[in-house]
Amino acid sequence: MTLSTPKDFAGPDNFGVLDPAVTPKLVAEHGLTPEEFERIKKILGREPNFTELGIFSVMWSEHCSYKNSRRELKKLPTTGPNILVKAGEENAGVVDIGDGWAIAFKIESHNHPSAIEPFQGAATGVGGIIRDIFTMGARPEFCLNSLRFGPIVGQVCNLPANKDRKLKTCTTIVTNRRLFTGVVSGIAHYGNCIGIPTIGGEIYFDESFEGNPLVNVFCLGVLRYEQLARGAAKGIGNPVFYVGAETGRDGLAGATFASRELTEESREDRPAVQVGDPFKEKLLLEACLELLARDAVAGIQDMGAAGLTCSTCETASRGGSGIEIDLAKVPKREPGMTPYEILLSESQERMLIIAKRGQESVVREIFDKWDVPCAEIGRVTDDGMMRVRNNGTIAAEIPAKPLTEEAPLYEREAKPPVATRLWRVSGGRPTRLWPQNLPKIDNHQALRQLLRDPTIASKNWVYHQYDHSVRTGTIVKPGSDAAVFFVRYANKILAATTDCNSLYCALDPREGGKAAVAEAARNLTCSGAKPLAVTDNLNFGNPYKPQNFWQLREAVEGIAEACRAFGTPVTGGNVSLYNESPAGVVDPTPTIAMVGLIDNERHITTQWFKNDGDAIILAGEIGDDLGGSQFLKVCHGRKEGPPPHVDLAHEIKIQNAVRDLIREGLVKSAHDCSEGGLAVALAECCFNPEKLFGIDVDLDGSHSPAGRQEETCRRHVATVLFNESQSRIVISTAPANLEKTMSILRERDVPFQQLGKVGGDELQIRANRETFRWPIGDLYDDWWNSIRRALENDSSAERIPSL
Amino acid sequence: MKFAVIQFPGSNCDQDCIAAINGIAGLHAEYVWHKETSLRDFDAIVLPGGFAYGDYLRCGAIARFSPIMRAVVSDARAGKLVLGTCNGFQILCEAGLLPGALVRNRSLRFVCEMVTTRVEVANSPFMHGCSEGTLLRLPIAHGEGCFFADPETLRQLNRDRQVILRYSDRQGRIVPEANPNGSIENIAGICNHERNVFGLMPHPDRASDARLGSADGAKIFRSMMETINANRAEAGSGPAKQVA
Repeated sequence: MTLSTPKDFAGPDNFGVLDPAVTPKLVAEHGLTPEEFERIKKILGREPNFTELGIFSVMWSEHCSYKNSRRELKKLPTTGPNILVKAGEENAGVVDIGDGWAIAFKIESHNHPSAIEPFQGAATGVGGIIRDIFTMGARPEFCLNSLRFGPIVGQVCNLPANKDRKLKTCTTIVTNRRLFTGVVSGIAHYGNCIGIPTIGGEIYFDESFEGNPLVNVFCLGVLRYEQLARGAAKGIGNPVFYVGAETGRDGLAGATFASRELTEESREDRPAVQVGDPFKEKLLLEACLELLARDAVAGIQDMGAAGLTCSTCETASRGGSGIEIDLAKVPKREPGMTPYEILLSESQERMLIIAKRGQESVVREIFDKWDVPCAEIGRVTDDGMMRVRNNGTIAAEIPAKPLTEEAPLYEREAKPPVATRLWRVSGGRPTRLWPQNLPKIDNHQALRQLLRDPTIASKNWVYHQYDHSVRTGTIVKPGSDAAVFFVRYANKILAATTDCNSLYCALDPREGGKAAVAEAARNLTCSGAKPLAVTDNLNFGNPYKPQNFWQLREAVEGIAEACRAFGTPVTGGNVSLYNESPAGVVDPTPTIAMVGLIDNERHITTQWFKNDGDAIILAGEIGDDLGGSQFLKVCHGRKEGPPPHVDLAHEIKIQNAVRDLIREGLVKSAHDCSEGGLAVALAECCFNPEKLFGIDVDLDGSHSPAGRQEETCRRHVATVLFNESQSRIVISTAPANLEKTMSILRERDVPFQQLGKVGGDELQIRANRETFRWPIGDLYDDWWNSIRRALENDSSAERIPSL
Repeated sequence: MKFAVIQFPGSNCDQDCIAAINGIAGLHAEYVWHKETSLRDFDAIVLPGGFAYGDYLRCGAIARFSPIMRAVVSDARAGKLVLGTCNGFQILCEAGLLPGALVRNRSLRFVCEMVTTRVEVANSPFMHGCSEGTLLRLPIAHGEGCFFADPETLRQLNRDRQVILRYSDRQGRIVPEANPNGSIENIAGICNHERNVFGLMPHPDRASDARLGSADGAKIFRSMMETINANRAEAGSGPAKQVA
């Protein structure tokens, strides 16, 4: 310890460590521009001290203030008849689900910490989002996660879009695997221990995520209307409690760290990564919910990004009040921490509670029962100031409202990349990609290659490590289009999914954004649900680069348009910018998490075929959008557009028709066509976890009215099999219901095609007068074991059910 | 009839156990906080799954020192029915109420899936509703569920028919492929020599509603209720203080 400096030198703290002088260099190191520094001086009417500089730095980081994205976010629809708490008002949005029940949900990223320290980075991401939910007074019911990593299989492919990255060395593959397995273990560690099931999500692998994985975690909780808790410091004189884990030096200024690009030196920022303790959070969760049921709380706020700083000034700002705390009373893990460190620490599992005056003993009694540290550290005041004392001295004194609400807002320069400008000629209609010019490959092998591709392959290696059955509500387990969860005490059935095709977004962020929303809604529809609302996680690069900002703006506008069309408002979310590693910027990824409601248990539908002899129908058209497809990427090594476009009106018509068929009890299975196209979708329908099915289908339209046949036959066969045109759902129905199903589709004016029937032990597809046959067991083995083989060894395979 | 569900700090299947037990006509379950010291008012005791004390040090190693454990041990010695699932099983082993130990899964990874188990012994207070060879579909979710016992203990367990459940395939064969965690001889659940303490890694609480994929777990709770009723009848009515 170097704390021998005599007391006479005492600065704001008691340990004799002098705070550094605030110099322009120090200001820059805190990620603040000279203009921002001027603004700070104007707010304070003086120069900030070192602690105050730190406070402004985290509060005005992109992570906390959304200073570069807020103007864009305003374009998103945020209102609707079911919305009880709107985006931005509180820690998470709240949506009415009827009968006095509501849900609070949100998605949040932990990309930067996970890049540096995958296990703790991902684990604390889970912890953070769970806290956001129970802060609202909701009991967290389940989590989803949306993950992106660099490739984990060692094939070398020269992507024209990434010429500078050329050959992949073994080390990158090994690093990618380490990040992938580390993140998965971290999520499992935290989620399993705290006892909240992880019931779904998505995982993509792409070169652009090397060195900068994306880790987006979603949590949903359920509450009664009257339980809704607010993050506001109300009631002058009310006591302010600090509850939860002691403050340590971990995660110092993590919000600032998350608001810049990852570099070679980022490894040295490891102290900016927090360390999570799910056991402590479980106790904190139970204690907080017990307390919130006792009417002793005026306001509650979790200490997440920017820790004690953010929670105190935000509650004061929301409450239109001031707040005063004394750092000497804060429970600390180690001695000698400076005010700067205490205020900026992002130690996990902590909450700030504004108790009602006179109820202090209730707070103490409950936290004592759960053995959770609890300390009264201050009061709500009436002067609008966030005042931080440290024993006798004042360590910081800042007007709360300007600190939280007057962060500068920027409109960055936006410029589309050259390639996109080219597609956009002729009034926005993209130029076509000519599949005939592609080198000839074996389509029989192509399907197997696609099913083995880790992006498409089964994620069972991952979700078997997540406890997805705790809380006894998971009706549809991971693996189907959307997870379905039964909230027993509320008697409500929820469906939830996360979606985003980063490749589409890279090629055309506006269309990609629209497609993400459409796919999420389609997944919910396939499970029998009606979409309710959305939370989004916008993962982009450095906004100071015009191309990145253009992507952000385009994607947001696309999402806004689609959310309006579906009537699914955005209830909040998270923006993660600066997702860049030395290898380059990530493919833009506006992750859409969507929640829907299933009215009746009988409407719950999964993607798998159920019985031999059932008829298979494609709702939608065969399509021909090969651009942006996994087929081009995986089989031809080309990330090329234009990506498929969604006609929103058409999409909604198809989804409504399929949902109504489900409600009529006519649909045995429903699965959306996404990555890998129709051939992959059909194969996935065959992989029923209880029993594998074969099918015999004809894409040339012989089962459908004449006329279509001619048209289909002229098509390029790989395009028919693997194109990723939107608005397509594969359904199966009992033979007895076939006519009724088709007549409803006809009535609704929905294009459809009867493809064939379930049966046999082969996937048999006739397309363009060619017949392809794959033994279903081989396809299943490719799909089921691919990730396991990539990570363990080539011979590792798991038993195949019922074969 | 009243079942106690012990709440340790870090238990996370306590609510699931309560819901499953209360879903059975004739049964009523209540939480008992681990700082309590008596279980006098209860007919049976359930130690739920979860991560008691964060599973720090070793699963169940700290939980066994919770104040309530004295009551659990003394009531178990007196013959009351005690069921431990998952983390509860681990705690029972640590507390010495059941022999053997649960160690890291052979894969070194947490595993969550639906498995098939075969009832090995019909005449236990927990399974008498099932004949020998009955297959039960039950979910598992654990990182440390690999049952281990030394050869002598194992011989005793087999000799005294204390192995109640083994992992099997769907045809009821006890084969290595059906073993999800590397447990010795595919052991999924055992009882003590007196047969009134039963620990199992699978979750009957998560298999008490057919909508979730299986309702086989409810058979265990129902068996317990029937055993207690039968014992009461035998003892000639009156409150059931003990079951032999």
